[in-house]
Amino acid sequence: MISTMECAADAQSLISISLMKIHNSRTQRGGIKLHKNLLVSYVLRNARQVYIKEKYAEIYRMQQYEEVMTVCNEIQELNPLDLDAEDAEDEEQAAAHARTSSAIFGCSPLDDGSKEPDPCYYRSCCMEPSPVPHCDQFTANNSSSSSSHCNKTTVLDLDTHVVTTVENGYLHQDCCCCDALQCGQGARSPARKRKVEFSCCVSDVEDVSDFTAARKRAKREDCCYSNIDYTDTSNISNLISIFGSGFSGLLSRQSDLEQICSKQVLASLGAWTRAIVAF
Amino acid sequence: MAGAGGGNSDVQWCFSQVKGAIDDDVAEADIISTVEFNHSGELLATGDKGGRVVIFQQEPESKNQPQCRGEYNVYSTFQSHEPEFDYLKSLEIEEKINKIRWLPQKNAAQFLLSTNDKTIKLWKISERDKRPEGYNLKEEDGRYRDLNTVTTLRVPVFRPMDLMVEASPRRVFSNAHTYHINSISVNSDCETYLSADDLRINLWNLEINDRSFNIVDIKPTNMEELTEVITAAEFHPNQCNTFVYSSSKGTIRLCDMRASALCDQHAKQFEEPEDPNNRSFFSEIISSISDVKFSHSGRYMMTRDYLSVKIWDLNMESRPVETYQVHEYLRSKLCSLYENDCIFDKFECCWNGNDSVVMTGSYNNFFRMFDRGYRQDVTLEASRENSKPRSVLKPRKVSTGGKRKKDEISVDSLDFNKKILHTAWHPLDNIIAVATTNNLYIFQEKLN
Repeated sequence: MISTMECAADAQSLISISLMKIHNSRTQRGGIKLHKNLLVSYVLRNARQVYIKEKYAEIYRMQQYEEVMTVCNEIQELNPLDLDAEDAEDEEQAAAHARTSSAIFGCSPLDDGSKEPDPCYYRSCCMEPSPVPHCDQFTANNSSSSSSHCNKTTVLDLDTHVVTTVENGYLHQDCCCCDALQCGQGARSPARKRKVEFSCCVSDVEDVSDFTAARKRAKREDCCYSNIDYTDTSNISNLISIFGSGFSGLLSRQSDLEQICSKQVLASLGAWTRAIVAF
Repeated sequence: MAGAGGGNSDVQWCFSQVKGAIDDDVAEADIISTVEFNHSGELLATGDKGGRVVIFQQEPESKNQPQCRGEYNVYSTFQSHEPEFDYLKSLEIEEKINKIRWLPQKNAAQFLLSTNDKTIKLWKISERDKRPEGYNLKEEDGRYRDLNTVTTLRVPVFRPMDLMVEASPRRVFSNAHTYHINSISVNSDCETYLSADDLRINLWNLEINDRSFNIVDIKPTNMEELTEVITAAEFHPNQCNTFVYSSSKGTIRLCDMRASALCDQHAKQFEEPEDPNNRSFFSEIISSISDVKFSHSGRYMMTRDYLSVKIWDLNMESRPVETYQVHEYLRSKLCSLYENDCIFDKFECCWNGNDSVVMTGSYNNFFRMFDRGYRQDVTLEASRENSKPRSVLKPRKVSTGGKRKKDEISVDSLDFNKKILHTAWHPLDNIIAVATTNNLYIFQEKLN
């Protein structure tokens, strides 16, 4: 158990630093140092575990908060005589929540301003360890909140030095939900938002076109590190797919969450595997 | 109090010599990468990043200065390894000398093994102080004489000449390691030696360079399942069938070559459970063992990880018998040390002649000695400022609390570019060789 002093923000910077080290090791004289890269991958694993746990805990807290708010709102809206409908919705909530806990991760919905916003992105598809200013941008403009590039995985093949973009179906869905969560708070009714939130595995999410538009706007945004002096960030920031690959012996199998993450990411990570193996 | 050494708490260390350039601008090729005394202590070898080996020889003790042991002067210098290029894998093989190990002396010549990442070489260092003169067919400078001018015959004779030390490669052991060689160790049988890379250990015969036996292989079938690598290996000093190897996970495995040809199954595994309170992002890095050394007696072995030195009794696998914190104040700085790569520094360690004191390096050109018997430790510094002949080294202290006392150095003032990774202790006397980045310091015990 990593010390609680290590917060998610440290984990983010460690992840980016580690990726940079692995990237740089390719050009070091004498070839890739297996020992050093193995140790760096351990740091990556630890940082990822902390980050995922933090994010998951936060999502859970946010969802609980939202559910409470939703129920309160519904109580106000509902006719006191419509008690059956409310019970049915509660059951749906409970069931869907169970599904949510295994399907949604890494993406925290934007709050309504009462809590400090966090960067909305999936670590497994793209890593934008964006600092707080980036988050503020999210708060200011909901429609650009999907600037997390969640729709694509960009992979740098260290063998051929070719940058390719991989559409990851599963994660794509999650991103849709993520976007829905982000955009849904103000404009949508709570019930509708919950439905979108819990149907993250369904491919025909409504209003995809809106999200697509939002993502297109977001693509033009720059992602930069505010507190890290790495200039070559555009490739590095998208290389979070290292998580699932490299040394799968380091992957934790304890939670379904991570299993889904690692399986999906492993599927698209042949290039990164070669980055570590490289012999 | 002052010193630690030889089981006597009153040992004080004096500066003796420093070798190397004075410039602050360090040429990368001059960075010292290994230091090793031979079995008698008369010779001291260093290897550097440029692939060169420099051997120093101790002068005989002079009657004029009985309070001072002989100085070490350059005996031989040669280029051991050159940079190479592996065309198949498109990568350059560094010429840096990773390790030097002396062979026990059998005749007038000296032999040592030197290795870079891929190739081990056996060098013969021999002296020549006579040369034949009076050839009939050749002039003294080597030119052939005109046969018409040869009218007499004479027998060539050996005449004294200025001492010349020659180093010649006798064997080259190559193409046996896919990964980077980190250790070599000569067996007590004086016939075989082992070489270890990240995933494999090979056994060689010193006379045969085209064949080696693989005795340890920890490479997984699927490289993605790799969880640890070999970091160091050494033969037991007395038992020719026993060797140990350390891993990046902080474990040491002792193997008996009599058990089977392939020693993947260890005979003993030494591991200390991790303290859960100290868990951090960098737990795996700081538990990786960077060096393992048997005691001269063969009863104990010492391991060095990033923050500590541990002494293990070969009869107890569950935990070390002694643990010494080298620079515990760095534990709160691990994140910064990770960023600047210092956390990956591989510190070595060494025993003194009678196994009563151990020594290892640290940052800011500090090195530490731990007296096992008196339970004392001392921090000393290798610096040009303290390099007056026979000046006694003053113990240094790093202040860890808020209030810094006089003469103490705060942790934030430490220079992490000045690191002592390689140290060596004379096998018999209290003479130590300490390598800073590009200088070699020799300190001796103060004799009254």
